[in-house]
Amino acid sequence: MLSYILRRVAIAIPTLLLLIIISFLLMHAAPGGPFTSERPLPPAVLANIEAKYGLNNPIYVQIINYIGGIITEFDFGPSFKYKDRSVNDIIAHGFPVTLTYGFLSFAVAVIVGGALGIAAALKQNSWLDYFAVGVSIGAQVLPNFVMAPILVLVFTLWLGWLPGGGWNDGQWNHLILPVIALSTSYMASVARLTRSSMLEVLHTNFIRTAMAKGLPYKVIIFKHALKPTLLPVMSYLGPAFVSMITGSVIIDMYFSTGGIGQFYVNSALNRDYAVMMGITILIGGLTILFNLIVDILYAWVDPKIRY
Amino acid sequence: MKFSKSSLLASVVGTALLSTSAFAAGVHPETGEKLADDQTFTYRVLDEHSSVDPAIVEDVSGSELVRNLFEGLYNQDNLGNLVPGVALSHTVSDDNLTYTFKLRDNAKWSDGKPVTAGDFVYGWQRAADPANASPYAWYMELMSLENAEAIIAGDMEVSKLGVKAIDDHTLEVRLTQPLPYFALMTTHATTFPSPKWAVEAHGAEWIKPGNIVSNGAYKLETHVPQETVSMVRNTNYWDNESTIIDKVEALVMNDENVALTRYLAGETDRTEAPAGQFPRLKKEYPDQAVVFPRLCSYYYTFNVSDSGPEEFKDVRVRKALAYAIDRRVITDAVIQGGQFPAYTFTPAVTAGFEVPKVDFADWSQAERDAKAMELLAAAGYTKDNPLEFDMVYNTSEAHKKIAIAMTQMWKQKLGVKVNMNNMEWKTFLNERGNQNFELARGAWCGDYNEASTFLDLMDSGSGYNDGKFNNAEVDKLLADAKSSTQPQANYTRIEEIMAAEMPVIPIYHYTNTFMMNAQLKNWPIKNAEQNWYAKNLYKVAK
Repeated sequence: MLSYILRRVAIAIPTLLLLIIISFLLMHAAPGGPFTSERPLPPAVLANIEAKYGLNNPIYVQIINYIGGIITEFDFGPSFKYKDRSVNDIIAHGFPVTLTYGFLSFAVAVIVGGALGIAAALKQNSWLDYFAVGVSIGAQVLPNFVMAPILVLVFTLWLGWLPGGGWNDGQWNHLILPVIALSTSYMASVARLTRSSMLEVLHTNFIRTAMAKGLPYKVIIFKHALKPTLLPVMSYLGPAFVSMITGSVIIDMYFSTGGIGQFYVNSALNRDYAVMMGITILIGGLTILFNLIVDILYAWVDPKIRY
Repeated sequence: MKFSKSSLLASVVGTALLSTSAFAAGVHPETGEKLADDQTFTYRVLDEHSSVDPAIVEDVSGSELVRNLFEGLYNQDNLGNLVPGVALSHTVSDDNLTYTFKLRDNAKWSDGKPVTAGDFVYGWQRAADPANASPYAWYMELMSLENAEAIIAGDMEVSKLGVKAIDDHTLEVRLTQPLPYFALMTTHATTFPSPKWAVEAHGAEWIKPGNIVSNGAYKLETHVPQETVSMVRNTNYWDNESTIIDKVEALVMNDENVALTRYLAGETDRTEAPAGQFPRLKKEYPDQAVVFPRLCSYYYTFNVSDSGPEEFKDVRVRKALAYAIDRRVITDAVIQGGQFPAYTFTPAVTAGFEVPKVDFADWSQAERDAKAMELLAAAGYTKDNPLEFDMVYNTSEAHKKIAIAMTQMWKQKLGVKVNMNNMEWKTFLNERGNQNFELARGAWCGDYNEASTFLDLMDSGSGYNDGKFNNAEVDKLLADAKSSTQPQANYTRIEEIMAAEMPVIPIYHYTNTFMMNAQLKNWPIKNAEQNWYAKNLYKVAK
């Protein structure tokens, strides 16, 4: 197991490097640059700016300097658009925000979605099943960019219970709407996956054998059926967890949370190279990490898997 | 528009009266209105500001913050006229090349240090310094400051910039050419002073809350990126006595509909009305929905350069397309924000600009359509041989709606076939800037309130002239206008030439459509540049 982990970590380093180089090249290949604007800058002014940010160097020098800066000083560069702040500042402020609402949304999605899915599977074709399926389909077809303004309309304007946006250092009442908006569609997916997976497991031979042996129902469900049920759900949850904790542009936009989700999209539109690279590396690194964690968990859940 | 000594004097006296008048608690000293207990002004901004460093700032929301945090030589009143800021008055040399500003001796920074002429010299040098790489360095060139061009190009030391502190309260500025509107340009954020000691102590971090030292009516209290900026009263400000708003908060809300909902929930005092919703809001909230002209133009530009299509080299085609657009339909039925149909490039609200008589402005739409059909037929396009071209706009729902309306009008009236394309913003700018288009959307907002800020785009050498319109007479008229004290005739003539040559199709002139708390008073709706100062606002009691 240990050698497997070490091998995966060893592969992760060139993967990240490749990610950096390809993203860097793609980004520079996009038309326009960070200082392309409706009012084109005079050449002398543009030259000064490019010299300041090292954009006048050949692209391979820029890549080497960029990677060098990360390795030697953990410096991800400046933001070209938000000139008062560096990429480190932006991530240091934004990531804890997305981590908070993302983690909470993940917890809600797993707990509520998992419970709904299991309950629906155990009482298949009962009102509970129809209810759970109904809720999850409803949640799935209601995308968060529709959900967010509706939540604000209902809870802020009509009922006046909750603030319509802002973060306020993560005060609880600012968390509720973003967490609901972000978690619903994930919750729906978790519920449906859990339900179908559980149904499949309940119809396998080993469960039938356990039933025939006369084992108590609780033991069958929690000891024997639950673990194999989780396998497909877990492979969904790994990437879902990363995408939740790295934020959502919709949540950040509608609730002004200040997370990094919107920076990711905006930095691409603004050609704010360093910000986009920084967030790409963060998301890439986390994706690699959580895929590894999921693989390790697999081995724990399913004794048939050996590394 | 022209800067007049008498109006300046009047405002000095006015300000003096205001600060000495008894400021009875809870009542406005001039109007006698009962003031609200909570004097916090909260407004929505679309996006996070770029910077609050006056020498660096480049965007509108950043400039709004800078204008409240810092104070330049002059401010604008509610009509856009100059009123004293740090400068009390100025004199101009006979050759119009040297300006001498007399600064007030009671202006202080938020840390209590006096504001001196040296702070302006330092601020202007920072803006021009290549090491600072300010994206607004060109503003120093635009002001025609002596040696600005060479300094920005890195060919001269920054200390040679044409600005000098004669003593602590006298600032001397030298220009390379006479510029009739020079004084007006000193209300721009790039010309605000910088506190050398704070910049040197904290480097690039000097604009962070806790480090920043500013000389405006407010000082920076907190900045939560992408969420909020809050500013509180600067008790060292020279006119703090007559400032009523205690606290100013800017809340970032990217989505205009959520911003409206949060406004209606009472979270902000001001937000923009989302496109298309203004008529409904005006009906439901007549005391809060306000509309007023803005110094911006919406247009489409023909590519008349060598890379442009042959069809557009024919002025009859350009005119036919411009005539056939029913601008009323676009303003009243499509965007519905009270915008003004445009027949000239320069908006009517521009200070000193008299809208010239442009023939097709006075025709009825039926007359325009008839003329358009006639012109296009004369140019050789018929039903069997229809005109066909590409048009491009940057991706946005509003632009799309307008483009669809335009192409439908052309199709129905003239049988013209148009291929519509939209592009993401930076790609669009890149393509338009390199003349890789046939007909492209454009919009322009004035940098200052004078017609040349618009008409300069028609200069054959302008970097903003995307269609590469080239007319020797226009170039000469523009050059002459720069040093003329009566440039209006030139501007009128240029608009006439534009109506005859039709290098661009003016569509409409913008408006601001705001939802504004009815308690908030004194918003400068008549200031076309929308340079607002929170120190002039106040909130009345309910």
